[in-house]
Amino acid sequence: MNEQAIKDLLYKLADDQLILGHRNSEWTGFGPILEEDIAFSSMAQDKIGHSLAFYTLLQELGEAEPDTVAFTRNANQFHNSQLVELPNGEYDFSLIRHFLYDNAEIIRFEMLSQSSYEPIAKVATKLKGEVKYHVLHANTWIKNLGTSTEEAILRLQSSLNEALPYALGMFEKSKFEQELIDAGVYAGEEAVKAEWLKRITAVIEKTDLKLPDLESIKPKFGGRYGEHTEHLQPLLDEMAEVFKIDPTAEW
Amino acid sequence: MYGGGNVFEATKFDDLQTEDPAKLAEFEARIARGEKIEPTDWMPELYRKQLIRMIEQHAHSEIIGALPEGTWITRAPGFRRKMAQMAKVQDEVGHAQLLYSAAETLGKSREQMLTDLINGKSKYSNVFNYPAFTWADSNIISWLIDAGAIVNQMANAKGSYGPYSRALERICAEEAFHLKYGHDAVVHMATGTPKQREMIQAALNRWWPPIMTFFGPSDKMSTHTETLVRWKVKMATNDECRQQFLDMYVPKIWELGLTVPDPNLKKNMETGQWEYTEPDWDEFKRVINGDGPCNAERLAVRRTAEERGAWVRRALLNPKAKYVKPLA
Repeated sequence: MNEQAIKDLLYKLADDQLILGHRNSEWTGFGPILEEDIAFSSMAQDKIGHSLAFYTLLQELGEAEPDTVAFTRNANQFHNSQLVELPNGEYDFSLIRHFLYDNAEIIRFEMLSQSSYEPIAKVATKLKGEVKYHVLHANTWIKNLGTSTEEAILRLQSSLNEALPYALGMFEKSKFEQELIDAGVYAGEEAVKAEWLKRITAVIEKTDLKLPDLESIKPKFGGRYGEHTEHLQPLLDEMAEVFKIDPTAEW
Repeated sequence: MYGGGNVFEATKFDDLQTEDPAKLAEFEARIARGEKIEPTDWMPELYRKQLIRMIEQHAHSEIIGALPEGTWITRAPGFRRKMAQMAKVQDEVGHAQLLYSAAETLGKSREQMLTDLINGKSKYSNVFNYPAFTWADSNIISWLIDAGAIVNQMANAKGSYGPYSRALERICAEEAFHLKYGHDAVVHMATGTPKQREMIQAALNRWWPPIMTFFGPSDKMSTHTETLVRWKVKMATNDECRQQFLDMYVPKIWELGLTVPDPNLKKNMETGQWEYTEPDWDEFKRVINGDGPCNAERLAVRRTAEERGAWVRRALLNPKAKYVKPLA
């Protein structure tokens, strides 16, 4: 198996979780109701924990230790999709992003749990049980709010329209795409996207929201290759702020 | 964590004149026997009023207290600290949820309590009106403010109101972990590089005066609370809590080679009491009444969160909304 291809996949998985985990954590203390504060904080802990699991696999493949990899790279060295780095915005945007992201993540984890690359299969099998609850949370809230007041429906619809180009950016193919598919690591981004579309459509159909025609939307690609919005670097600077005070210190 | 030093209203004999003497006697007898009072039991209005006030102040302290430490989640150095800091702050918000529920059993809604918080009508622990400038400040809060909270809450867990004392028991179990986490983080700083030692000493210097006021005004100046003590609403005096805290934590601070910024702090071996420079109670009053370094900022953040989340709460109340049963 091409080690570079595996590393590329692991970086994508880890960076997505690390960055979205940080965004989710920003809801701590600011949620629309306390229960949502707590829920977003819980998911943040899971996601950052998941990223650590993948950075640990990378370390086993010879990369630097997780703290170094996670907290000392610059934006152009990050492989996350642009979707996860966007600021939280209002709760409707955070909820829609969470819905679009986690419905894709669970599929990736389901596929990876069957992977020919055993270390990933083991981790994915363990973690997909947690992501299941993230999906359950997102779908429940989308169904609840998406059938409630006109105000809520309008907000969610507008955030859905705004987030979709970035969500499609999640499925940007790796340069090792075919190799990964051929080696049975997972079925590839096209397959993830097709299944994702089925699942989000099934939820949205139960609400008063409308899914725009995805063919007419130009995906925001680039994230997987280190191209990011202006929002990522400030977040990374914040994440490294204490570390940089004294790089020789143990905190 | 908990803001101790509840501000109680003075109780007057008159407050009880309108209560049925037989019911009042039975109520007091139950408390004297160590029974818990439950939400549907008869209770004097004064008891209800003071408990709502106390539990509400405590709940507000939890959500406002989540702010100074919450800002350090994204900045927490490394996975280990970050995961712990997140879990800790989440616990605090969870405590608020438990406490608002306990207070709601006495007849005041969560929404009303939050409205009173934003309007400045209800108080929260004064210490959270001070800023957490650095990571070290956040560590001092996690260790010493949570330590103070435990002293206070362990006492109040023995109180007479069932829902509050049960909530406190659960809260104390979690706070014990916060204390370990905070201590571990402070140990790393205090035994770390010169820069880290300088940071943690500076944070201790900033936080010592607010910590000394954490348990509330000196007993010499406190209003009469005999009735509340008899009813097991107030379980220990402010000075008793402060002495216990000093006894438990000053030696631990010294052990780390840190200096407590009070030249008069020492234990009087004859009386067994700690002596210290009297905290600046005028500043305490000024800050609690709104004129502290962070009062406006803390309430503004809370107000913004409430306003930005209002549409979600309106949507949840919509009678048209269908209840979606979770699939799990």
